[in-house]
Amino acid sequence: MTTYAETIAAGQTGHGHLLGIEGLRADQISNLLDLADGYVDQNRAVKKTTDLLEGRTVINLFFENSTRTRTSFELAAKRLGADVINMTVASSSIKKGETLVDTAMTLNAMHPDVMVVRHSDSGAVKLLSEKVNGSVINAGDGSHEHPTQALLDALTIRRRKGDLYGLRVAICGDVAHSRVARSNIHLLNTMGAEVRLIAPPTLLPSAVDRMGVETFHNMKEGLEGCDIVMMLRLQLERMQGSFVPSVREYFRYFGLDQEKLAMAKPDALVMHPGPMNRGVEIDSELADDLDRSLIRTQVEMGVAVRMACLHALTQGTLSDGVQS
Amino acid sequence: MSQLDNKTKRAYINAHLIDPASGLDTKGALLTEGIHIVDFGPDLFKDGVPEGIEIIDCQGHHLAPGLVDIRVHLREPGDEHKETILTAGQAAAAGGITSIAALPDSTPVLDDVSGVEYVARRAREAKMVKIFPYGALTKRLEGKELTEFGLLSEFGAVAFTDSTKAVANAQTMRRALSYAKTFNALIVQHPEEPTLAGGVMNGGEISTRMGLSGISTYAEIIMVERDIRLVEMTGGRYHAAHLSTAGAVDIIRQAKARGLPVTCDTAPHYFCLNENSVLDYRTFAKVSPPLRSEDDREAIFQGLADGTIDAIASDHSPHDQDSKRLPFAQAEFGIVGLETLFPLALQLYHKKALSLLDCLSLVTNKPAEILGLPVGKIAKGAAADLVLFNPDSPYFIDPEKFRSKSKNSPFTGFPAQGKVLRTVVDGRTIYER
Repeated sequence: MTTYAETIAAGQTGHGHLLGIEGLRADQISNLLDLADGYVDQNRAVKKTTDLLEGRTVINLFFENSTRTRTSFELAAKRLGADVINMTVASSSIKKGETLVDTAMTLNAMHPDVMVVRHSDSGAVKLLSEKVNGSVINAGDGSHEHPTQALLDALTIRRRKGDLYGLRVAICGDVAHSRVARSNIHLLNTMGAEVRLIAPPTLLPSAVDRMGVETFHNMKEGLEGCDIVMMLRLQLERMQGSFVPSVREYFRYFGLDQEKLAMAKPDALVMHPGPMNRGVEIDSELADDLDRSLIRTQVEMGVAVRMACLHALTQGTLSDGVQS
Repeated sequence: MSQLDNKTKRAYINAHLIDPASGLDTKGALLTEGIHIVDFGPDLFKDGVPEGIEIIDCQGHHLAPGLVDIRVHLREPGDEHKETILTAGQAAAAGGITSIAALPDSTPVLDDVSGVEYVARRAREAKMVKIFPYGALTKRLEGKELTEFGLLSEFGAVAFTDSTKAVANAQTMRRALSYAKTFNALIVQHPEEPTLAGGVMNGGEISTRMGLSGISTYAEIIMVERDIRLVEMTGGRYHAAHLSTAGAVDIIRQAKARGLPVTCDTAPHYFCLNENSVLDYRTFAKVSPPLRSEDDREAIFQGLADGTIDAIASDHSPHDQDSKRLPFAQAEFGIVGLETLFPLALQLYHKKALSLLDCLSLVTNKPAEILGLPVGKIAKGAAADLVLFNPDSPYFIDPEKFRSKSKNSPFTGFPAQGKVLRTVVDGRTIYER
């Protein structure tokens, strides 16, 4: 057992990272979600800030454009009283010659307590984490992981359904290129949910069934008896012939509409990590249907979950078992 | 090879002579004069070594023909910060290698006579191991126009290949195989269908978990299959480099059974490691073709054991830190191998898949025969290219100790057996432990 003083000391010197869901235990995930639950209430109050991270520096280092995730992390850090710097490193600066490792070491010399990093290459955030002293949170690396998205999805589901255990969850769309899908598969499996993937074979990665999921190429079959339907974004460049022949055909067979959703449980709920392509992967009216769609709740939960992650990493309450 | 010591005689006594080409495996001695082996056998120097002969006491260790590595990237000219002809030579010497075949993908590409001559001259100046250059198969390695097979052969090119680029166009490959028959030249392929090989590691569960784009084993299988049909069509001599898949080994096995003029090699990492080595995004294990599944690794091992795979080549691909300390997808492909080829090849002997003679054959006379090199055997009048080694002494591989300029090896800490004690090229000792 670590003493309270040691826990605080660990928090001050920096330690663990949150690089992915793979490897996290169920109790660690539950603890994070419990912590986040408290922050949901704080975020709904008039006074939304605390001084937990007063004097700490958080750098949001984004090598890929992002508005929502970066804003969500920024708000989370500010509501905990941290000083936040946003850095968007366009890929052109990398082309000027500075490598990822150089950038990491340069910023590290300024003593950030937490770096929140997004990069278009799988594994890039882990590489960066090996070169810095503070904590690193993966805000999405290539097609690998996006842990805070999976945590906010879990929090959203848990608050509506009470528990993740035993739920049947379908993840639909471009799984092959999706970090959101991978993090969700790990999290849902760890928490005892049943995971189904629904996509044409061109959008499923090889040997994905080895990750403990069942795969379907027919949406109506796949949605049968589902409690939760998670839609994934299909990137525009993948709709034009190489992976699927056309938007029209994709929406016909893999877009979510009322008719296909009718195959799921009557109280099934719809989720989407955003930003949505209305009329491509999801019917526009369905996306706005507040009885079925959790899409806006997901955004709200995002801030709370990121506050919980910042809290846990800086206070050392999650150090055991989190990748370091 | 200095002319001054042309007549110097050296006696290697108390040796365990071993030569795969002749099956020689006996205690005895060996005599070199100048650059040649002039005598050897169990009874040589039974009554002592006559005066005027320099004596090298082998203390009972194995004395074999020096190794022949038919797949090496020298990086000179063009990328001298990664490796030079001199440092590659020093690394090869430390690895017991006395002859290497240099791939043509330098900058500039070795696609004309002057390039091939340049490498030959630099090799003479470096005075380390023997270097036999490949010629590019197509100009600028673009896969379109054939190079001058005849002229390049005359000036020393030992075979033709586009190095790490597959000759993708079937018509180009067909013509290369046909035209090469004029000069009895060998065509060497990097067998990987490029349109299927857009990824950065083996395709499968691990690439899916890591979020990395995978390369299907079928990229290799399809290209080898296609090439075999083109060999059937043309009768040209064909060599498939660095096989990595069970499927490709099967295709070669069948092609040989049908009597086609086909050979192949593999590299140590394809029978010593599998795709698990890239976990944690270890870019030192990023290589082309990629490390495959355990089933494929076993099939490669088996293909060596049953003789389907003719040779082991290091595919030495030096890269500096800056080329490897990157996100996995951005890092260069390649593993250095000159200093690990021998101990890793000996794994086949230590795991009892092959006798020591048959194991040595895969890195001496067989690769030399594929390229028609006048090396790789102990015989009277043959070049005095020798390696003295202890096949059993164990150690852990430490890339920091490599003589190569680059240290990009995934074998850090790998338990190996087999130490090189002395390497001799043309009668001169170029490495001594």
